[in-house]
Amino acid sequence: MLRIENLTAEVEGKPILKGVTLEIPDGEVHAIMGPNGAGKSTLSYALSGREGYEITGGSVLLNGQDLLEMEPEERAAAGLFLAFQYPVELPGVGNANFLRTALNAIRRTRGEAEVDAMQFLKLARARMKELSMPEDMLKRGVNVGFSGGEKKRNEILQMALLQPKIAILDETDSGLDIDALKIVADGVNAMRGPAFSALVITHYQRLLNHIVPDRVHVLADGRIVASGGPELAQRLEAEGYAGVLEEAA
Amino acid sequence: MNSVTPSGNAAAFVHRYAGLAGRLPGASIPEIRKLREAAAETLVAGGLPSRRVEAWRYTDLTPMLRAEFREALTAVDEAVELPAKRAERRAVFVDGRFRADLSDLDGLVAGSLAEVIETVAGRLNSIASASQPMVTLNTLLFEDGLVLEVPEGTDAGRLELLSVASGETASTLHPRHLIRLGRGAQLVLLETALSATGARHLHNPVFEIEVAEEARITHVRVQREAESAYHLAHLGVRVAEGGVYDGFVLNAGGRISRSETHLALNGPNATAHLNGAQLVAEGQLADTTTALDHAAPNCASRQTVKTVLAGRSRGVFQGKILVRREAQKTDGYQMNQALLLSEEAEIDSKPQLEIYADDVKCSHGATAGALDENSLFYLRSRGIPAGEARAMLVRAFLQEAVEIVEDEPAREALEEAVSAWWAQHGEAA
Repeated sequence: MLRIENLTAEVEGKPILKGVTLEIPDGEVHAIMGPNGAGKSTLSYALSGREGYEITGGSVLLNGQDLLEMEPEERAAAGLFLAFQYPVELPGVGNANFLRTALNAIRRTRGEAEVDAMQFLKLARARMKELSMPEDMLKRGVNVGFSGGEKKRNEILQMALLQPKIAILDETDSGLDIDALKIVADGVNAMRGPAFSALVITHYQRLLNHIVPDRVHVLADGRIVASGGPELAQRLEAEGYAGVLEEAA
Repeated sequence: MNSVTPSGNAAAFVHRYAGLAGRLPGASIPEIRKLREAAAETLVAGGLPSRRVEAWRYTDLTPMLRAEFREALTAVDEAVELPAKRAERRAVFVDGRFRADLSDLDGLVAGSLAEVIETVAGRLNSIASASQPMVTLNTLLFEDGLVLEVPEGTDAGRLELLSVASGETASTLHPRHLIRLGRGAQLVLLETALSATGARHLHNPVFEIEVAEEARITHVRVQREAESAYHLAHLGVRVAEGGVYDGFVLNAGGRISRSETHLALNGPNATAHLNGAQLVAEGQLADTTTALDHAAPNCASRQTVKTVLAGRSRGVFQGKILVRREAQKTDGYQMNQALLLSEEAEIDSKPQLEIYADDVKCSHGATAGALDENSLFYLRSRGIPAGEARAMLVRAFLQEAVEIVEDEPAREALEEAVSAWWAQHGEAA
């Protein structure tokens, strides 16, 4: 269970989140939709502990653990995963080495045995096949020379390997064609189960046709202004944000 | 010289020469005696360079000139411990002198300079220029070195050149290495410079390397001397038609280390790689200086030099490329990049292109910056602890230079040196 209570945050002294309250029970997928500038990405960075996103109030608990007290790597070990809107390219860091280092870092903190290179390859290959990723993507630098779709699939691959308790997908649909979108959605759906929950941040309803959420929330001007079932997303798609925002105001 | 009272900043060296002259190799050979006397005169007249000399503007030798060293050619530590072999054959120099008992030159036309000095007297300072300060100093005091011939058409394989400074108060070492590859010959020379103790010493090696037509040498230098050491190397290289000099220099030790390469591409279709990396931490300065002379058409040169700086440290890169009028179709590339891990670190970078030919392709670039925060956060968000994430990014930064080295044991030696450096300095960075 991820419990966000009255969370406020600033970027460069400017208040962006103005009291976000949200609960995502285990096993559920929630979507956050909202117009540009609503604070969607700020919420994802604030939750994952990025520098420059200053928390000014509120609390975030993951299964009772205070996330805000933790370093980014500790949040990852606690089970939080952020799929980046713009995955970073890391020339000179091999993708396989990166994935295995991350996996072992997390396994270490969980008190699990590290996997060796052979075990890792076996694991990674199986996941990559599911995501239709060519095997040479393991040998290349992290995200270097990857297409937009390949980068997003690489994010999902990381999620599949690290097995988080909760994943935040920050505009994972941006820049994807319909085939890539389906592959990514299948990857997320494959993770669904009683021990996994997700927060899908998106501007459009399109992704939610493939990853059907249990709940949909509308974020505007740093607050959740409306919540509902999947039908809320369809209404937003049909009517735009204006109507929903007016109702909330 | 004995009659002259030396003065100036190099007086101690000249004085030392006066005392040693009769015992240095070639003392009875007039030609060599003359070279040494001339070097002494140059040093008395002009001294070693101060920062007023343009080529030494960023590298201040004052601490080295003020340091005291033990007299050369005194007793050495016989029981010095050597690192594991990286090649079947190895030439070992301890405190500047060849140690046949520790070396294995089986099947090579190679030996100690001191032993064959008569046969090579005419070659001294024929490739390295006597007017270069570190060549002058070496000429004054060279005590030994490796003489290696790779005959025409032969592949000499891999040879390790190991230089170890031993003892509690180490001396000044001035080896002179003469290496010649005949037409079509091949060699991988993997050089490691180490200190057996933390004692201060000066290592002032000079290489004179001749690469004949279609010959190829890979020359990887791994300098991991003590943090109190001074390492002032000069490499003179001449490459003939179709020849390749594939060089890499790692400066990862010493209080002041400078590796200066002067390379001439004298025949068409010749290639030079002058790659390198420098790792400096608190109180250290590392300097890679190169002068590349494109003197013939259709030649290619490649240069990638990366510097990582931690603490209060200094890095220097000076890269001159001269493309002569006759060197048409030159293909040159130079890139130097610095990663500053501390706000108190400083990099001085001076690319210098002088192009007189009109049909050439020459590009160069320089960057300096801190670790990328986005990259760091990305790694940490995947559970990788901050220290490990930083290490990965530093290694990745260096990788672009290191991966150019094709010889696997050489690349391993470089990677190991990088890991050792990070293990020692990464925490503070």
